[in-house]
Amino acid sequence: MTTTVEQPPIAPEPEREPQQPPKARHTLGMVALRVVGALVVPIAAFVVLWATFDFLRDADANRFVLVGVAIAVGVGGVFFLYWAMNWVVNWLPERYREGVRPYVFVGPALVILAVFLIYPVINTIVLSFGDRRGQGFVGLDNYEFVFTDESMRRAIRNTLGWIVIVPVVATTIGLAFATLADRLRRGEAVAKSLIFLPMAISFVGAAVTWSLIYSFRPEGFGTNIGLLNGIKQGLGMSPTPWLQEKPWNNLLLMVIMIWLQVGFAMVVLSAAIKSIPDEIIEAARIDGASELQVFRRIIVPSIAPTIAVVATYMVINALKVFDIVFVIGNAETNETEVIAERMIRNFFILDNDGRGAAIAVVLFLAVIPVMIWNIRRFREQEALR
Amino acid sequence: MTLTAPLPTGVEEPAPPSGGGSDVRRGGWFVRITVLIIVLLWLVPTAGVLVTSFRPEQAVNTTGWWTAFAHLFDPAQWTFQNYRDTLDAQGFENAFLNSLAVTIPATVIPITIAAFAAYAFSWMDFRGRYVMFVAVVGLLVVPLQMALIPILRLYVDGANLGGATIFPDLDLNGTFLGVWLAHTAFGLPLAVYLLRNFIGALPSSIIESAKIDGADHFTIFWRLVVPLSVPALAAFAIFQFLWVWNDLLVAYVFLGGTTQNRVLTIALQNLTGSRGEDWHLLTSAAFISMILPLIVFFSLQRYFIRGLTAGAVKG
Repeated sequence: MTTTVEQPPIAPEPEREPQQPPKARHTLGMVALRVVGALVVPIAAFVVLWATFDFLRDADANRFVLVGVAIAVGVGGVFFLYWAMNWVVNWLPERYREGVRPYVFVGPALVILAVFLIYPVINTIVLSFGDRRGQGFVGLDNYEFVFTDESMRRAIRNTLGWIVIVPVVATTIGLAFATLADRLRRGEAVAKSLIFLPMAISFVGAAVTWSLIYSFRPEGFGTNIGLLNGIKQGLGMSPTPWLQEKPWNNLLLMVIMIWLQVGFAMVVLSAAIKSIPDEIIEAARIDGASELQVFRRIIVPSIAPTIAVVATYMVINALKVFDIVFVIGNAETNETEVIAERMIRNFFILDNDGRGAAIAVVLFLAVIPVMIWNIRRFREQEALR
Repeated sequence: MTLTAPLPTGVEEPAPPSGGGSDVRRGGWFVRITVLIIVLLWLVPTAGVLVTSFRPEQAVNTTGWWTAFAHLFDPAQWTFQNYRDTLDAQGFENAFLNSLAVTIPATVIPITIAAFAAYAFSWMDFRGRYVMFVAVVGLLVVPLQMALIPILRLYVDGANLGGATIFPDLDLNGTFLGVWLAHTAFGLPLAVYLLRNFIGALPSSIIESAKIDGADHFTIFWRLVVPLSVPALAAFAIFQFLWVWNDLLVAYVFLGGTTQNRVLTIALQNLTGSRGEDWHLLTSAAFISMILPLIVFFSLQRYFIRGLTAGAVKG
């Protein structure tokens, strides 16, 4: 990784003092300075940003000016911050400088991660045992709610559907398309970017887009302008209220996410397929392998690790799906609830912090295996470096 | 990403005409037609929105958007009125500006912070480096739902422990700064991870020779590492830009749905609630929310794909 550090890749924390006796003498002062270095940065961030920030709360200010100032402050502020910190470090006695500087570089990142991710994880777990105001202690009541409430149970069932169906279907279509596009004589790039295009669209935009396709008007209430019912009417059939057809409406919502995510699977898998050497494929052909055999026996096994990564990424995304269900709306009547959407509903709309936190903890527990897997893979990679 | 070494001759097929690609991977009509069908299927939803958004209200409500192709050159079939209504009467112009004010800093701030951290993780020597980075890797998959309630409480009430104020009540809720910080935190683990992969792989000889020439870390970072890392920075910038621009959840919780504050995704979501059957407005609103990401996407696609593949294949 670097030439300056010879750290054993797996050992988490190499003991440095014995190797660097001269540094040891200043340890106490160093630590104090390092702490100050790491603390001053976020404080300075707030002070610098705050000075100009009250202006941004001004409701009467011209919107264009306000937005311009906001962008300038946000973008300029962060640059200014590091420049100022580095300037301060250069004022330190020389022997301390290089010991403090790393903490100026990583300090802001660590402080933000600690305040906005690590502390919240702990706090959410605590809150999940508290009441709706986030106080007191209610034991496992909120978890009992999560696993017994009828709507929550449906949400868990539906989410299981999402995390199985969306990754499987999207990865399959992505793989099929990547394999086929790889064989195009011309237009591969264009075909791929058109499939990839929905990646740029928001879940909200996609939900609106597909609502138009699923749109329904009962017979006698005018022409159906939704594509699916338009086709049905064209064929002389009566229209279907697609989004109210339980439980199939869940599948129709999953289609939206599949439409959005196939591009991602396709791009990543396509890169993996291209890295398979031509010689291997050609050798199989000479041995008389058919197209399908080449695909099943060579292409799929060669890119299996990539398929696993893509599928995992999609499982996590599907687990957190919120926008699509939220925007389509009527989740309870249509029985299309999902866990992340229930979380926002309980926390934000029904204003119950305890229940919201408990639902979030369930989501968190679900990703812990992936987290461990990620860390393990990272450590293996580092060991190979 | 294209194949560079064409094979000398086809084994079963005749040699291909000159051009990129090798004949090992050639497909016939079946391949071409299947690809065409999938592409068309994938384009239909977007096409429906685009076509509907330019049709007059009356036509949208009485006929399907596909019938517009029958009168393609009839000027009475097309209008910009929907866009005028959405931008003005429905407040989407303001929402567009708010989206910009949220997205640009919420892209630049995490990239800057992550680049400094990635440099330190790659090229500086300090205690706890490895443990800290493993923690970042672990944070990659923490669902942001886990962070919403505590952060909102911090913004509204601050944090106190035994009477001491740990986090002051800054009243950040409903401010741009509050949203920037939240987006920064949620984007940071991936940014640090991707950038450290890239910056750590830069040749050490460059960094060493700069050090010998007397450059300090700040100079090496600004003058050497940042310019060399433009592809990785751009890849993550696009990723984060699309993520923040398209986000509903974070904006919904921390910025809120007031007409003055709301961003495009929230304005669009409100519109589906209040004018759910007004497809001429919904489609033009949806297209307004898509236009900037689509421009960014098409103009910088190469960087974006490179970043995705680097992140997903390695990560």
